[in-house]
Amino acid sequence: MARQTQARKNGAAKTAPRNDILLDAYRDMLMIRRFEERAGQLYGMGLIGGFCHLYIGQEAIAVGMQQAARPGDQIITAYRDHGHMLAAGIDPKVVMAELTGRSAGISRGKGGSMHMFSVEKGFFGGHGIVGAQVSLGTGLGFSNKYNDNGNVSFTYCGDGAINQGQVYESFNMAELWKLPVVYVIENNQYAMGTSVERSSSEVELYKRGLSFNIPGEQVDGMDVVAVREAAIKAVEHARTKGPIILEMKTYRYRGHSMSDPAKYRSRDEVDEVRTKRDPIDHLKALLEKEGMADEASLKEIDTEVKRIVAEAAEFARTAPEPDPAELYTDVYLEA
Amino acid sequence: MTDILMPALSPTMEEGTLAKWNIKAGDTVSSGQIIAEIETDKATMEVEAVDEGVVDAILVPEGSEGVKVNTPIARLKGEGGASSPPPAAAPAAEPAPAAAKAPEAAAPPPAARVANDPEVPAGTTFKRQTVRDALRDAMAEEMRRDPKVFLMGEEVAQYQGAYKVSRDLLQEFGEKRVIDTPITEHGFAGLAAGAAFTGLRPIVEFMTFNFAMQAMDQIINSAAKTRYMSGGQMQCPIVFRGPNGAAARVGAQHSQDYSAWYGSVPGLKVVAPYDAADAKGLLKAAIRDPNPVVFLEHEMIYGTEFDVPEVDDWVLPIGKAKVRREGRDLTITAHSRAVGMALAAAEILAGEGIEAEVVDLRTLRPLDTETIIASVQKTSRLVTVEEGWGPYGVGAEVCAQVALNAFDYLDAPPMRVHCEDVPMPYAANLEALAIPSVDKIVKAAKTVCNR
Repeated sequence: MARQTQARKNGAAKTAPRNDILLDAYRDMLMIRRFEERAGQLYGMGLIGGFCHLYIGQEAIAVGMQQAARPGDQIITAYRDHGHMLAAGIDPKVVMAELTGRSAGISRGKGGSMHMFSVEKGFFGGHGIVGAQVSLGTGLGFSNKYNDNGNVSFTYCGDGAINQGQVYESFNMAELWKLPVVYVIENNQYAMGTSVERSSSEVELYKRGLSFNIPGEQVDGMDVVAVREAAIKAVEHARTKGPIILEMKTYRYRGHSMSDPAKYRSRDEVDEVRTKRDPIDHLKALLEKEGMADEASLKEIDTEVKRIVAEAAEFARTAPEPDPAELYTDVYLEA
Repeated sequence: MTDILMPALSPTMEEGTLAKWNIKAGDTVSSGQIIAEIETDKATMEVEAVDEGVVDAILVPEGSEGVKVNTPIARLKGEGGASSPPPAAAPAAEPAPAAAKAPEAAAPPPAARVANDPEVPAGTTFKRQTVRDALRDAMAEEMRRDPKVFLMGEEVAQYQGAYKVSRDLLQEFGEKRVIDTPITEHGFAGLAAGAAFTGLRPIVEFMTFNFAMQAMDQIINSAAKTRYMSGGQMQCPIVFRGPNGAAARVGAQHSQDYSAWYGSVPGLKVVAPYDAADAKGLLKAAIRDPNPVVFLEHEMIYGTEFDVPEVDDWVLPIGKAKVRREGRDLTITAHSRAVGMALAAAEILAGEGIEAEVVDLRTLRPLDTETIIASVQKTSRLVTVEEGWGPYGVGAEVCAQVALNAFDYLDAPPMRVHCEDVPMPYAANLEALAIPSVDKIVKAAKTVCNR
């Protein structure tokens, strides 16, 4: 993950050369795609258990948003969290090893797919209760304001969470206290099996902050360039003025979780998005059209990503399970 | 003639100070007119006239302290026959209610031998202080000590606390650190937990723990579990505090003891002190603790005064019970307000030749099983007292620990005194029947002693 993080690690996302930025994005999105495909495979092999929610189709959001972040900013999301972690620059090995429940996992095997954290990378989870992360993320923003550190909380939620009451409790406090929070609604159009139309009286979700005076914007979440541009503006707003909402129109290709047969939508609907709106294909075409990369250099990225993911999978497959004594550790911190 | 009576201005008010009269003899009073100001330990309130008429006499002069509720404070010459009926005592249904209100407050605190606490240096002076003020001092001291500590909750700042526990904190620490929230328990509990993830140390006041049910998901799923779920990477140093248990005459939704609920959750520490010294020392410890702490207070003892040692930094260990009274015949365990009842019961029992040992649990998680077991090994008999419901309760847990660790020492089956298995009723007599009482504890104690 060395090159892909260069531009943003320097906090220079806005000024790095355009082709570096886009190549970074391409590589990061591809990493998530390949990682998730491999996770799905390991799940099928019984190596990953429980719930496993894949991010395939939504890669442009985590990656484009991350390009607007600077060190110190925080990220928090719900349980579809692998993509955000990889975009934040967390080692795929420790993420995959968490999925397989091994002691080398980032949560030492105690969290699993839905509960991963990296204080070092500003990633605050990884939360399993729909909507709870929105209050928590608002608290990250509160902390930034309390400490006057200029950091921004990137608080993600889905189109399902947006109907939870505590989201609005949080919106109210965020605007009341002008907290630096960018709320990112990843509208993949289905809350598990219930479409937005069937669950929401107002389907334009970017409007959901209006009665709190929080501005909102709808963004093509399948276009990483659009996401990145919206993110840069939103982050600036959050740092200087207060909370803002970005509604990312996106689509998940897989079921809600690995165990979801996705009978609530047609195969044609999924194929339509995959073939016409895929975020990675879209960026690839752009890179080639603008002459920023040729077939060979993209192939090189492909190969490297595949190698990294294969190594992560091998690591996760062979790393030992936690010692039984670990059952009782990490409940309390010694006072 | 119509008497104007000293009004009760809150569910728990028993007396107050008649701070100011706005009327004098000979004045004509109309309905709704503000006639007086009354101070309770929580607030200064204005009193409006209900009846109309000419003031015949002021019966209680302004500045009078400790005026009991329902004392006639002024007399009106009635006009147009508008007069209040005299305050009839509610006809008591059988069985007659036991004194509903804090019988323990009347009993002098029996001399207690202090176990487990840090040594109070010889020559230390003590000051009389209410539990309310002890809690306030604990927060103020910790806020002075650590700029990361802040207080948030409903009415904690400008209003000075719904129960005045946060009085004067806004004035000292400003609105950055004493924060009025909207009525948004779920949201601000989550917000505070998120802030704690970053290393801030929030104190979240719930106006009562009844309202914390709205926030329970954040307390348990976010605050309690995140450290474990992250393999030890994350922390959540936060205190959730506020009054818990039954107040007085506020009905089922405002009268519940959550001790057992929080006490069952790994990742939380749960503290429920009785007296002012413990309230102060344990709240300071809770604020310093790197783990989430649920700190259960009790509205009915906020105004009760106790001795608090005047030492620089009074911090008590979480996880240690306290033997408040030694005895050889039976052990009574209790926490929070019920400790007062247990002590009063022990006094009565002593008069009948039964020496009860009263163990104040103080911390419910981790439970100080060692002190409980040592006591039962000595006395061989056990009564548990709690304001929560019996099933799956604190008493049930204490009994299980005793059965497991001191089975052979028991001379009688333990008994549990707890809230009756009903939602809290409103009627005074029914409420008194529902909650634990000194009488119930005495009866249970005699039963386990075969007396």
